[in-house]
Order: sequence, then C-alpha cells, then structure tokens
Amino acid sequence: MSTILFGVWPYLAGAVCLVGHVWRWRFDQFGWTSRTSQLMEKRWLAIGSPLFHLGALMVIGGHALGLLVPASATRAVGLSDHAYHLVAVGGGVAAGAVFAAGAVILTIRRFLSRARFRLSNRPADLVMYALLGITAGFGLGGTLVLNAFGQGYDYRPTIAVWFRGLFVLDPRPELMAAAPWPYQVHVLAALALIAWWPFTRLVHVWSVPLGYLIRPPIVYRRPPS
Amino acid sequence: MRVRAQLAMVMNLDKCIGCSTCSVTCKQTWTNRDGVEYVWFNNVETKPGIGYPRSWEDQPHWRGGWRLDRQGRLRLRSGGRWRRLARIFANPDLPTLDDYYEPATYDFDNLLSAPASDQMPVARPLSAVTGRPLRLEWGPNWDDDLGGSALYAAHDPNWAGLSQSVQRSFETTFMFHLPRICEHCLNPACVAACPSGAIYKRQRDGLVLVDQDKCRGWRMCVTACPYKKIYLNRTTAKAEKCTFCFPRVEAGLPTVCATTCVGRLRYIGLVLYDLDRVEPALAVPDDQLVAAQRGLFLDPADPAVAAQALADGLPPDWLQAAQASPIHALAIRHGVALPLHPEYRTLPMVWYIPPLSPVLDATAALGGDNASADDICQAVAGLRIPLAYLANLFTAGDVDLVAGALMRLAAVRSHMRSVTVGRPDPADTAAAGRSAAELEALYRLLAVAKPKDRYVIPAAHREEAAELAQWTSGCPLDRLPLGIAP
Ligand code: HEM
Ligand code: SF4
Ligand code: SF4
Repeated sequence: MSTILFGVWPYLAGAVCLVGHVWRWRFDQFGWTSRTSQLMEKRWLAIGSPLFHLGALMVIGGHALGLLVPASATRAVGLSDHAYHLVAVGGGVAAGAVFAAGAVILTIRRFLSRARFRLSNRPADLVMYALLGITAGFGLGGTLVLNAFGQGYDYRPTIAVWFRGLFVLDPRPELMAAAPWPYQVHVLAALALIAWWPFTRLVHVWSVPLGYLIRPPIVYRRPPS
Repeated sequence: MRVRAQLAMVMNLDKCIGCSTCSVTCKQTWTNRDGVEYVWFNNVETKPGIGYPRSWEDQPHWRGGWRLDRQGRLRLRSGGRWRRLARIFANPDLPTLDDYYEPATYDFDNLLSAPASDQMPVARPLSAVTGRPLRLEWGPNWDDDLGGSALYAAHDPNWAGLSQSVQRSFETTFMFHLPRICEHCLNPACVAACPSGAIYKRQRDGLVLVDQDKCRGWRMCVTACPYKKIYLNRTTAKAEKCTFCFPRVEAGLPTVCATTCVGRLRYIGLVLYDLDRVEPALAVPDDQLVAAQRGLFLDPADPAVAAQALADGLPPDWLQAAQASPIHALAIRHGVALPLHPEYRTLPMVWYIPPLSPVLDATAALGGDNASADDICQAVAGLRIPLAYLANLFTAGDVDLVAGALMRLAAVRSHMRSVTVGRPDPADTAAAGRSAAELEALYRLLAVAKPKDRYVIPAAHREEAAELAQWTSGCPLDRLPLGIAP
C-alpha cells in the first residue's frame, strides 16, 4: 500500500502534471489565464491576494530549502541543528501564517460575494481550492502541533530524503510511511494538487510576465514578409 | 520620414440625437455574450454628465493614460513597469462592476407563468450576474438628457477650472451627446501596460486588438486606458475591446456603428502619419498638443509623401484612399474635427466635430440671428460656458481652438444661406478665413455626402487574407513575430 501511495503516486502525479500542461498549452491557450475576479470585488482582494501570494511564494521557497538542501549541507556551513530548527520552524510558521491569512481573507471574500461568483466559479477550480486547503491545513497544522508545540519531528532524515530520492529515481516509500499521519495526508494532497494543477487557473503561475520588463512599450504586428 | 497608415473616424456631434442605435447594433454584433453583458464597445453618453463607467475622465482617480514626468519624459500615469508588476496580485486602480453597472434582464417568464389574479403580472428586473432580483439604480447613460443632473452632471470632471456659478447654470445652457468607441490610439496606453504583450497595434491599418490566446488576465490595460474602452470579460477573465469591426473594414465595409447611425454622422477613412514625429508630438506641453497632433498627419496629396508612402510599402489603392479620406479633410484641411482629451497623450484616432447647436440656441436666446455668421461669432466669443467646457473635452483647455472650429461651422451655415437666397456675402468667407469653394466643399461633406464619400475604406488585399485571418484569431500554431516599432 505504502509503495503505491509514496512510491508510485508521486510519479503518476508528476506525469499527469507534465502531460496535462503540455496538452493545456497546446490546445487551450484561450483558457490560460489568472481568471481575475477583481471586477466582481476589489476591497477584500486588495488585502487577501497580496498576502496569499506572498505567503505562497514564501512557502514554496521554504519547501525548496527544507526538502532539497540536505542536513549535511547546512552543517557544513556551520549552522547548528538547533539553529536550523529555529529558523525552519520560525520561517515556516511565518510563511504559513501569511499564506493562511491571505487564504482565509480570499475565502471570506468568495463567501461574502458568493452571489456574484456563483456563475463564474469553475468546478475544476473548486476542487483545486479544496486540495489547496487540505494541503495547507495539514502542512501548517502538522508543523504547529508536532514541531512548534509538540516534542518535535525531524523531517530531514525522513521526508526530505524520501523527496530527494524521487528525483534520483530511488524511491524509498518506507521513509514516508513512517512519518506522522498529518504529514502523510499533506503529501498525498499535495501530490493530488500537482496532478490537478494543469486543469485549473493555477497555470497562471507559469506565465509570470517577466518579459514585460524588457519589451518595447508598443507592440506592433505585421504580416511576415 | 516613415509613413504609416491609420484607420480613423470622425463623428459630427451636432447630428447626434442620442438614440443609441449605434450602441445597440454594436452590442448585438459583438457583446451579446455571457460575461460581457455590462460591456458597451460603443456607448453614448450625455454631456455634461459623468459617463460610463462613472467619472471615467477623472484621471487623478483612475490613473489612465500618459503624463509627462518632471523631467518631461512620457510615463504611464498608472506607474512604471516595476510598479505594475508589483501590483499584479491586486490592481489598486481597477474599476469594478459597480463603477460600470450591474447588467439586468427581466423575468419575462413570470408574464406567462403567473397564476390568474386581479393584478397584471410584472416582469421584475433580474441581475444578469447573480440571477437575483435587482433594484435598477444605475446604468450606462443613466443621466440621459441631463436627468438627475444635479446629482450626476455636477460631478462631470470637465468642469475643472470653471466657476461654481457656471457649473450651476449649465442646465439652462447646453447639452449634447457623445458617442464613444475605442480610439485605436497611435500611442495606446493599453498596449504599453499589457504585461503579456497580448494587445497589439496592426501595422497596416493601426487597429488595436487583443490576442485572446495570449491575454493572461493581468488586467492592467483596463486601468491604463484613459477612455476606459477595454473591458474584462467576466467569465473568460480576458480583456476585450472595440475591434473597429475589423472583419468588415477588411472587406471595405464601414463599422456597424457607422452603418447604422441614424444621424449619418460618422466618417471613416485613412490618415497618413509620420512615425518619426510621434515621439516629439507627445512631449509638447498641454497647450500645444492639438497643434502637435495635427502636425503628425501628412498630406497624402503631397508628391513627396506619396512617394515615401509607396516606398514604405503602402499599396497604391491605399494611397488613393488616403487622398480621398474624409478624415483628413475634416481634421486637417477644414480643421473642424478635434481629438477627445488630447491631454491623455494616447493620440486618439476618433475625432469629433464639436456641437454648434448649443451655440445656435444661445445666439437665438440672446436675440441674435442664428444663421448669421456675425451674430454667431459674437455669441461664440461671448459664450464662456460651453466653450470652456468643450475646450476641456477636445483641446486640453484651449478655448480659441474650439471657437475657431465653431466659427468655421457657423460660416458654412451663413454662407450656404446667402448662396441659397442668392445674396452671397464676402464677409462670411472672410470671417472664416476660407474661400467660398472651401466652405461649399465642407458643406457637401457635412450635409449631403453619400456613403461612398463618408466611408473611404480600402479593402484588405486578397493575397494577405490568409495572413490577416491568423493575425486576428491568433492561431497558436502559427504565431506571427512580435515586432518593435518597424
Ligand atoms: C509569482 C507568480 C504569480 C502571479 C504573478 C500571480 C498572479 C495572480 C493574479 C493576477 C491573480 C488574480 C487575482 C484577481 O484579480 O482575482 C491570481 C489569483 C490566484 N493565484 Fe496567483 N500568481 C502567482 C503565483 C501563484 C502561486 C504560486 C499560487 C499557488 C500556489 C497562486 C494561486 C492563486 C490562486 C488560488 C488564485 C485565486 C485567488 C482567488 O480568486 O480567490 N498564484 N494570481
Ligand atoms: S482608447 Fe483603445 S487603443 Fe486607446 S488606450 Fe484605450 S483601449 Fe487602447
Ligand atoms: S446612432 Fe448615431 S445619432 Fe444615434 S446615438 Fe449613435 S451616433 Fe448618435
């Protein structure tokens, strides 16, 4: 069972994500957008969206640091395990709090203006919100309960090793199977979110318009000669 | 000199009766779809009035268009590129649905399904967004014909600089209608603000279009357009705008709004301009803007211009069309058409002949003869109120320019009357600084021109048809290169 959940499902999710993106890019340029809803409501969005996005980017950055950088590397640069723990839990909780605050505000917004959103909500996005909520809830909840207030759980010899193993084609599902159950749910939901990603508004993340900074201001089009 | 062609429109405001036929036919053609219920690519508003969306001309609030910074450089009022990307998660200057209006339909079903009763069943208004009953309290042109003007028109941003007493007396003074479409600007703020580069200006005819496949819904264009003529589709979350009916003009047909206008007040044609002069024209102070914008346009009858136009790739039949252009005639040769809010510095390409009728009414009210150039000119000179207001709309505040255009229109009137009654008066032509032949040509263009003279639209070339089709559908498999100013 754990082989399927933590050995096969990650690759399946990754594959669906990859193929899904290629398919969507190829056949649904028209649907590829942030699906802005600011036209409907602007006050709550003005607070919620920047918080949510700042939090999301911090959370993603934190995961990259925590999971991809092995313990030996931080020790090598002279960071004690205790110091690392403080930075990781402190930073992680701060990022999670910003993210959660934004997410709560956006959710309240969707609820308060639900009449206006009623006809423009897409089922695929609703599923995505649920997955995002479960992932974030168990991630943040697990960290708070186990690490900040509990006796602590070190993910670096376990979850992080499992995670890195996936990329070098050396899956070690037993490591993940031994992790506390909130983290297991967190990981499973995150994998589902990754698989579901290409079919939702989240594709906007790949379109960050950095090219805008160097483009000439007025765009002309002419027929090819 | 680099010669470029631009499709442009002129509207003669004197003839607009505010019937909104143009808006309705445009809507039936382009925006009768889900998600764009609130969108009017063409709308008609009453002036003085606050317009659609509410107070769109209040740029300190909406931050549309361009302005010169302290060093005299041209900047988007909504900020630079970094600021725009920094605000991408929530754009602080975006109008919401309430600034336009909540679109409604009616519960017609109730008329058929209501049970028998002593009362007539009614069709209640239902919101097209929520599907729920709605109190109709605002809409496009809600303040039609100065309705509720103490509430609405008194907040018209064009009163800026006019005294309070002037503002209060406007109800008895004048009123006119202003039909508006996208200006297909030479320096489009919407294009410059689009982070995705999805909005583009077609090099051949200058139309500004949105590539629906490349728009990512960052919604910065809506803020940047000072005319608020680019809209978000509520369901696709992509930007949409007036297309100048490109499938029609490519076939040489006028736009739907122009074709169906009952006042026959719209003119469509080409203007030629010099791309090299665009930047300098944008850097002049406000009081020279109209002159600078007029100075951009090249005379297609000038052999040097014609030769350069052909060298720059303009097809010969397009050059001919430019030479016969009613736009060039009205805006440049006769000088009676003016740009709308030139101070936004987008170089708008829909120009307006200011309305003479408020002046005529005032002349009559003053006891003058409203067909006499002398009396009208006196009234024009004495009429501070409409003139200053019109100047805020059309000349960035230059009253003399508006007065000049109005006096030429008045001269046409009185000259034609004297010709008709067989007593031509040289004073008429002298006052306007125009020859009799010129005044008569202007009269024909304004009053009796047939469609072939009002619309001089060269068809797209058949050999380019396939390319044009891709251009506009933005076929993702066969993208066109994005070019810099060529
Ligand atoms: C740095 C790159 C990103 C940019 C430029 C960006 C931009 C945007 C924009 C413009 C919106 C529309 C807001 C509106 O007007 O309604 C949006 C919505 C959203 N974005 Fe992002 N985003 C980015 C990254 C992310 C990431 C990493 C995530 C998630 C993990 C994310 C999740 C969302 C969600 C869930 C919404 C919908 C919010 C709501 O309507 O309630 N975005 N984003
Ligand atoms: S008027 Fe049209 S072309 Fe000009 S900025 Fe607005 S949307 Fe763009
Ligand atoms: S159809 Fe013509 S007359 Fe009627 S509102 Fe439109 S522009 Fe004015």
